[in-house]
Amino acid sequence: MFKTRPKTITGSPKAVSMSPILQVKNLQVSYYTDAGRVRALDGVDVTLNAGEKLGLVGESGSGKSTMALAMMRMIKPPGRIEGGQVIVDGTDLITISDEDMLQARLSKIAYIPQGAMNSLNPVTRIGAQMMDAIRAHQDQSTSDWISAAEMEKRCKQALESVDLKSSVFKMYAHELSGGMKQRVCIAISILLRPKVIIADEPTSALDVVTQRQVMETIDRVQEQIGAAVILIGHDMGLMAQFVDKVAVMYAGRLMELSNVRDMFTDPKHPYAQALIRSLPNLENKGVFNGIPGMAPALLQLPGGCAFHPRCLHAMEICKIQRPQPTTLPGGRVVECYLYSEKV
Amino acid sequence: MSDLLELKNVTKTYSRGLLSRVSTTALNNVSLKLETEQPTIMTVAGESGSGKTTMAMLLLGFITPTSGQILYKGKDIQTLRGEERMRFRREVQAVFQDPFAVFNPFYTVDHLLSVPIDRFKLAKSKNEARDKMVEALTAVGLRPGDVLGRFPHQLSGGQRQRINVARALLLRPKLLVADEPVSMVDASLRANILETLRSLQKNYGVSIIYITHDLTTAYHISNSIIVLYQGSVMEAGDVDAVIKTPQHPYTRLLIDSNPWPDINRRWGETEIKAREADLSKYSVGCRFSARCPFVMDKCKEVPPLFRLMQYQAASCYLYEQHPSIEPEKLSELLPA
Repeated sequence: MFKTRPKTITGSPKAVSMSPILQVKNLQVSYYTDAGRVRALDGVDVTLNAGEKLGLVGESGSGKSTMALAMMRMIKPPGRIEGGQVIVDGTDLITISDEDMLQARLSKIAYIPQGAMNSLNPVTRIGAQMMDAIRAHQDQSTSDWISAAEMEKRCKQALESVDLKSSVFKMYAHELSGGMKQRVCIAISILLRPKVIIADEPTSALDVVTQRQVMETIDRVQEQIGAAVILIGHDMGLMAQFVDKVAVMYAGRLMELSNVRDMFTDPKHPYAQALIRSLPNLENKGVFNGIPGMAPALLQLPGGCAFHPRCLHAMEICKIQRPQPTTLPGGRVVECYLYSEKV
Repeated sequence: MSDLLELKNVTKTYSRGLLSRVSTTALNNVSLKLETEQPTIMTVAGESGSGKTTMAMLLLGFITPTSGQILYKGKDIQTLRGEERMRFRREVQAVFQDPFAVFNPFYTVDHLLSVPIDRFKLAKSKNEARDKMVEALTAVGLRPGDVLGRFPHQLSGGQRQRINVARALLLRPKLLVADEPVSMVDASLRANILETLRSLQKNYGVSIIYITHDLTTAYHISNSIIVLYQGSVMEAGDVDAVIKTPQHPYTRLLIDSNPWPDINRRWGETEIKAREADLSKYSVGCRFSARCPFVMDKCKEVPPLFRLMQYQAASCYLYEQHPSIEPEKLSELLPA
């Protein structure tokens, strides 16, 4: 039997500690392709406190997944992190050695990739895969070495905290349903109590009832370990249900960062406005407000603000110079000339 | 004039192995009619394992029903041969869920689109074929220059899915079976694809069977809805009535779990009672009884559809005071 936990998921203001656990500063990633340099991420700043949930939305190719990979330092050639900082709990992940980064993954920052449930090894038991994760992070030189029995206990606890029976420990991936596999992946990601969890479309292959259960699971374990969560996706409905803050990305840049209520009721950036307007709701049946135009090809980005060819409010300056982020009252950040002179 | 499509008491069971007597009923006695005169958009909704995709496969003639018949323009689709079969193949098109799985990675987009053009002789010359491709791609919001000549792996999921819709569009079908066409597509593009589907219905007279678990888009695009759970119809009717005032406990669960993009409408009002119920125990009676919070003794028998309004009926004993309606008359509940 599964009881609802009405307290969670409602996004009510919770006691969150106000020290930032994650600071992303001016993060830049480029891919060097045969056709030229593609700036997939062009100076993104995000700050997140412990216990906060950030939603990262944008069209495909807007840099959402690149951002996640860059934070994990998992960008592969021809891609390169060209600058910026990713500070988790006081450590800049960009500057530490590869060895240290190996240790930091999962213990400081965990990543649940898109379709994570298909990443489980089909010929190894779930338990063995979980133990692997802990073993890889064992530092044998220090005293906090854990025995196998202790490890098993921890893994089972993690499984229970995602609402799975501890018997799953001895099972194989094919014995589990999609939702259960996804929850196993969440259990693995929280094994070492990371400070930041990045979930890249964790429920895109699941149906609504299972999706809700998985999101409620993430919400609960996140509260237990006090981690900050970054949820990447394009389902604004899921964002409305789950996150505290929403960051809207477009062509590798952050267009707007606002708390979820402001974003849905009073979006500022013209792109965010168009995105919110495009959402179907129960009042406007049959009205489809698609965003006119097409997402720009990153190889031939328009000059100035990347959104100006599709923008209803485009001005002369938008074509020439890229606007800088402007902070509005309430801590909202908007990258648009409509707001830059008002401050 | 015969109906465009008619399902007569269609049941599909999958049996496990050669000797095993255990079988799974993927679709249970579904009867349905789509009229030729009034092209409509009908949603078939339900979670995974509810029989949605089985229904799509049956409609497309990929699998044969265990019992019952599927008629296309009055003829059983299993008996279609030659010319008629080709016409059925052209007039009934599909768009599938996973844009990553449906392409042959060795062929470029041009090839993918030219196959149906060649097969059904839609164009007289290469230039005409090219024009058709460009037209179809533009109609679904793609820049032809961006995708033509490219391989599937060079395209994003959203682009691939729109190529699928474009491919179906090329053939000017009469019926489009769209199995979760937007679930893997960007939110900002969903509106465009749905708009495309609807203009297909309005301007080209294409009937669309929209198979989904996303009730938000179902509400916006369709006229009627059938909610399936483990192959049985739980609730059916006018999409407004079913989505705004769901009656069956399963429909209520679905509606409440749907992530509405509305900050004032949050999850958590109803309880998700059972998560992974032991379904084998409940093979008799109402399919949903294992998870239903209102389960009664009576639920050991399969409830008929109780007609609540002209265009809404639920298969649940909670509504037994209402008149029941035979499963064969399901179409009467669905406004065009």
